[in-house]
Amino acid sequence: MLDALWIARREFRSYFASPIAYIVIAVFLFLIGYMFFNLLGYFQGQVQSFMRMSQGPKPTVTNLIVSPLFGNINVVLLFIIPFITMRLFAEERKEHTAELLLTAPVSPLQIVVGKFLAAYALVSLMILGTTACSLTLIFASNVDKGVLLGCYVGILLVAAAYIAIGLFWSACTENQIVAAAATFGSLLFLWLVAWGAHHAGYFWKEVLEQASIIVHFNSFARGIIDTNDVIYYLVLVGLGVFGAYTTFDANQWGNS
Amino acid sequence: MIEVKELTKRYGRRYAIDGLSFSIQRGEVLGFLGPNGAGKSTTMKILSGFIYPSTGTAKIDGFDVREDALAAKALIGYLPEQPPVYMQMTVTDYIDFAAGLRHVPSQARKEAIQYALKRCGLLDVQSRIIGNLSKGYRQRVGLAQAIVHNPPVLILDEPTVGLDPKQIIEIRDLIRELGQDHTIILSTHILSEVQVLCSRVIVIDSGKIRAQDTISGLAAKLKNRRQVRVIVRVTGSAGSNDDSFRDSIGVLQGVDLVERQESDEMLPKDLLTEANIQLWHVESSKEKDMRSEIAKSSIASGFELLELRELEMSLEDAFVKLIDQDEASEVSHA
Repeated sequence: MLDALWIARREFRSYFASPIAYIVIAVFLFLIGYMFFNLLGYFQGQVQSFMRMSQGPKPTVTNLIVSPLFGNINVVLLFIIPFITMRLFAEERKEHTAELLLTAPVSPLQIVVGKFLAAYALVSLMILGTTACSLTLIFASNVDKGVLLGCYVGILLVAAAYIAIGLFWSACTENQIVAAAATFGSLLFLWLVAWGAHHAGYFWKEVLEQASIIVHFNSFARGIIDTNDVIYYLVLVGLGVFGAYTTFDANQWGNS
Repeated sequence: MIEVKELTKRYGRRYAIDGLSFSIQRGEVLGFLGPNGAGKSTTMKILSGFIYPSTGTAKIDGFDVREDALAAKALIGYLPEQPPVYMQMTVTDYIDFAAGLRHVPSQARKEAIQYALKRCGLLDVQSRIIGNLSKGYRQRVGLAQAIVHNPPVLILDEPTVGLDPKQIIEIRDLIRELGQDHTIILSTHILSEVQVLCSRVIVIDSGKIRAQDTISGLAAKLKNRRQVRVIVRVTGSAGSNDDSFRDSIGVLQGVDLVERQESDEMLPKDLLTEANIQLWHVESSKEKDMRSEIAKSSIASGFELLELRELEMSLEDAFVKLIDQDEASEVSHA
């Protein structure tokens, strides 16, 4: 796997050689920070009205801040990850640098995994930035640390699945915009797919819900790590990476 | 060192290369000469492992480029038509990346990078961003990338295209130097480049090999001679021994040489198996077109004339085309 790491290292650095990494990280953290700030305000309001009324369920930090915050992180990732993954292969093909990789004694799978790891490292770095919010909650409240941990596991899995899908689309084209648009479309569809479950029969209801990225994320946001959900995301990662591998490898058949 | 058999690459219904066979000995510098779109780049892409052939095999030192792809790739350094450089990297970082990709051990890497930079004249620009370098320097960076792991085989696709005259001379000197301890296959559409660099040349056009010879052999062929290839079927009325055709053609005024050829790759397949087919090579002086007399004479002697083709004209045509394109060598190509 050393080749993959070597490729990932270059790829990761190249994010920082252009403004991409800085802009993406800044935009992400700004949005999350703004959302966190507003969630805090909302929570304060709920606590005050609870104190006055003394009725209904007691508002908790976990329910009113952590769960919605990670839901929001998920949404922002949906928008941002296509911009991170779009260049991975599209740029290599456009700039003819794919020739360097494919004529080196390195298997195409290592190349694909290397690309995945580079994008994943960047997104993980972004997510690491949100620990500022989490640490605030841990020090200032009695937040359920189990739920917080579950949320992090969930968001890291979701990010991996998004990146794998973006990786696949980037391998399909040499146009970065096309790659980003296709990635965004696929991800959004995986969000909305459960809508069909409302008016579907028993079998299809089950299928559509199981296919949904959101349905599988919900239990993480409640602090439950369910193998079913973990497997769902790992399957998406596998499909994306394998799809990118076969597409990239197929270029050697000379269609590029 | 390189063994190519019946190599074919098809894009849809179009053949980019069609049944190429050739081999390259260790230490040889082979020139691939042909006009744009002749199939030079396709052949080199296959040899480098970047694309797979449709049919046929190519082997680098016994390793098939598809079956033993990684072993074959480990033996080559490849400079594609467009240098595969990352524009935002510095020269040293890029060469370092290429060295790692080719598994140059980390303790030897620094030395290997210095060697490649020095040999390609890049020491002065080693810490510059590649995107800010001129085209000539980028080409050199591409070359440095190809030699950093000191591979036994170098595949250079149009190494001097787009360079100014001074840079062309420098790159040629470098290639000549590298040729002393590497097996090199390089493509070009410039005849003189082959003359100064290569020990042997393959002329390729429309995906097929048109000629394959040493430089002096090729030059001799190009000299003032006409060469005609004749395929005849021997029938009852004509003598079946070699002499009867030779006798009937050899007496013609202007014919210098009549030679029977045993087999020919260009012979149509259905004729190969037929026993009565003879393939002849007739040379004459430049001044006179002998074809009609050859035809008359062979028919008069009772042979069935199946094919009569002037060979060198097509080769010359290829060269004329080459020279035309030489002037337009800056035009980009597929």
